[in-house]
Amino acid sequence: MTEALLEIKDLKTWFKTDDGMVRAVDGVSMTIARGETLAVVGESGCGKTVTARSVLKLIDMPPGRFEAGQIVWRGRDLIPLPAADMDKIRAREIAMVFQEPMTSLNPVYTVGDQIAESLRTHHGLSRKESIDGAVEMLKLVQIPNAERRVHDYPHQFSGGMRQRVVIAIALACKPQLLIADEPTTALDVTIQAQILELLGDMKAKFGMAIMLITHAMGVVAENAQRVVVMYAGKVVEEAPVEELFGNPRHPYTQGLIRSIPRVDARTRGHARLEQIPGTVPSLLNPPAGCRFANRCRFATDPCRDSEPPLRQVAPNHKVACIL
Amino acid sequence: MSRDYLFRRILIAIPSLLGISLVLFTVLALAPGDPFGELVTNPNVPAEIRLALRAKFGLDDPVWIRYVRWLNAMLQGDWGFSFTSRMDVDTLIMQRLPTTVAVIGAAQILAIVVAIPVGVLAATRPYSLFDQIANTLAFVGFSLPTFFTGLLLILVFSIQLDWLPFVYRTDIRASGWQWWWEHIRQSIMPVTVLGLFQGASLVRYVRSSVLDVIKLDYVTTARSKGIGEPKVVTRHVVRNALIPVVTLVALQMPVVFGGAIVTEQIFRIPGIGSLLISSILANDTPVVMGVTFVFACLVVLFNLIADILYGWLDPRITFR
Ligand SMILES: Nc1ncnc2c1ncn2[C@@H]1O[C@H](COP(=O)(O)OP(=O)(O)OP(=O)(O)O)[C@@H](O)[C@H]1O
Ligand code: SF4
Ligand SMILES: [Mg+2]
Repeated sequence: MTEALLEIKDLKTWFKTDDGMVRAVDGVSMTIARGETLAVVGESGCGKTVTARSVLKLIDMPPGRFEAGQIVWRGRDLIPLPAADMDKIRAREIAMVFQEPMTSLNPVYTVGDQIAESLRTHHGLSRKESIDGAVEMLKLVQIPNAERRVHDYPHQFSGGMRQRVVIAIALACKPQLLIADEPTTALDVTIQAQILELLGDMKAKFGMAIMLITHAMGVVAENAQRVVVMYAGKVVEEAPVEELFGNPRHPYTQGLIRSIPRVDARTRGHARLEQIPGTVPSLLNPPAGCRFANRCRFATDPCRDSEPPLRQVAPNHKVACIL
Repeated sequence: MSRDYLFRRILIAIPSLLGISLVLFTVLALAPGDPFGELVTNPNVPAEIRLALRAKFGLDDPVWIRYVRWLNAMLQGDWGFSFTSRMDVDTLIMQRLPTTVAVIGAAQILAIVVAIPVGVLAATRPYSLFDQIANTLAFVGFSLPTFFTGLLLILVFSIQLDWLPFVYRTDIRASGWQWWWEHIRQSIMPVTVLGLFQGASLVRYVRSSVLDVIKLDYVTTARSKGIGEPKVVTRHVVRNALIPVVTLVALQMPVVFGGAIVTEQIFRIPGIGSLLISSILANDTPVVMGVTFVFACLVVLFNLIADILYGWLDPRITFR
């Protein structure tokens, strides 16, 4: 593996709630190398967003708190970093695209202002220069009539166009890492493909690394080099894309892969969309042992007794299962 | 904001004022007591003269005819005649209006200047000591009626300490700085009473609105840009949080005027509030009608201002 840009080590981000401690992220480790695309997959609620926000320290504290672990960015742990230093990393080195384009833009400022804001903060540009920069960014994310639209407000854009604006905001300061938290989940299928294509183009242009969070295995196959599979606040498998699809080791990963709708099946008249039966265990009092045990058809007593550690099964391929 | 929006708002204000004046007029016409009431009991006035006077002033015509007549006169600048003060109603009101506007205006400014920062600071540190103190004080200030705080202040600062005058005078015989100083001194207590009462509820509005906005997605987007928390709050939270507050403040205007009337009574401020009370006591219907109508105009005016502010704060308005 090449030089690690970001190294998350045994991160635990917990939330204190009235019902008790929600262990949303419970000992997650992953690394991203310069320029690579890492996909993070898992069902809704498994802790993908919390992991991503932890990296930029965008977790509300309280109720959230870093219980343990390190987030090492270019050799420096971000967790103890003071807010002022963190602000120099945000947008300039690590930027984020959010899940919900309809709500992630401020309704009372023009899109130009919102792109220009980071340019002014981090590059010390004047108002005029930063708006020119915003126009450039809008052109880059292929918004037609950028010179005119830079003065429009978010509500004058469609969902797909807004997500392009959000991407323009994120890329304005040319970060080295872009965290894209389900950037297409809220969009129409046709628009989804366009946004992913745009992200690919931007990556080709700027060469930044991408942490692509998704719950769609299809998106993973087409866009990432490596995959981390999360389940109930933990990493259960990690492998390069071809390895993961060719030789999935964890029963949960196998289930996820089977749940991809297949084109050949659909042409025969019925899509074979296999869902994994059962529900995710509560993160409040997670069961001892393997967290997937209640849904796993291979589960045996040892699985429930102790937690299977993440172990190396092939070069770059790790899995947390006793099988 | 487009000129169209403004124009539409002003157009809507006209029927509102007409409606309000019609209701006011009808209610006052139906209310017991009339300006000639004392003539009935006065043995020196013969019955024929009384009836002739009533006919001359059209007091026995149907309500709607009297309303149309009143409206017509009103539009030509004739607001009627005060039987008690022996002067034109409009002159009387114009004498007193500036004082009321100055006191209410200063109180509103005080309320806004105190409440917005306090509400924002409290909301950005929820459940902190500051938040709890602010909340408690706001609750107390909101619960205490103005007549109580007014009397309390008079008791402490005028009677015990003798720092401030407790009767408001318009006939201050001084000029230049001295004149201003006297005016400020006698305004301190009424403005404080009204301002803090207003400010107390405003703090609560601002706090809850900021709490609503601060957890929205676009605030997280703003934080992810590394612009620093103070800018996140002032640029991205406060402006959005003020949008609903503007509406609430406008809706509260009648309550403010109610408080102003009471405060004017307590501090004996010769404004239109105390004029209203004395004219009601004297059955001076034209003045009651005139003053209530001025209050109605002020409420409509403040709503208009709120609409304009609203359109300025929220660009989405213009396009609806
Ligand atoms: N502020 C919070 N307070 C309490 N619990 C929280 C908070 N934020 C997140 N959680 C919990 O953390 C868990 C993980 O949430 P997260 O948003 O990371 O899931 P996700 O994998 O991103 O799911 P999705 O695909 O739906 O976006 C959830 O169970 C959620 O209830
Ligand atoms: S450890 Fe056991 S229960 Fe967990 S995934 Fe593997 S086989 Fe299934
Ligand atoms: Mg999520």
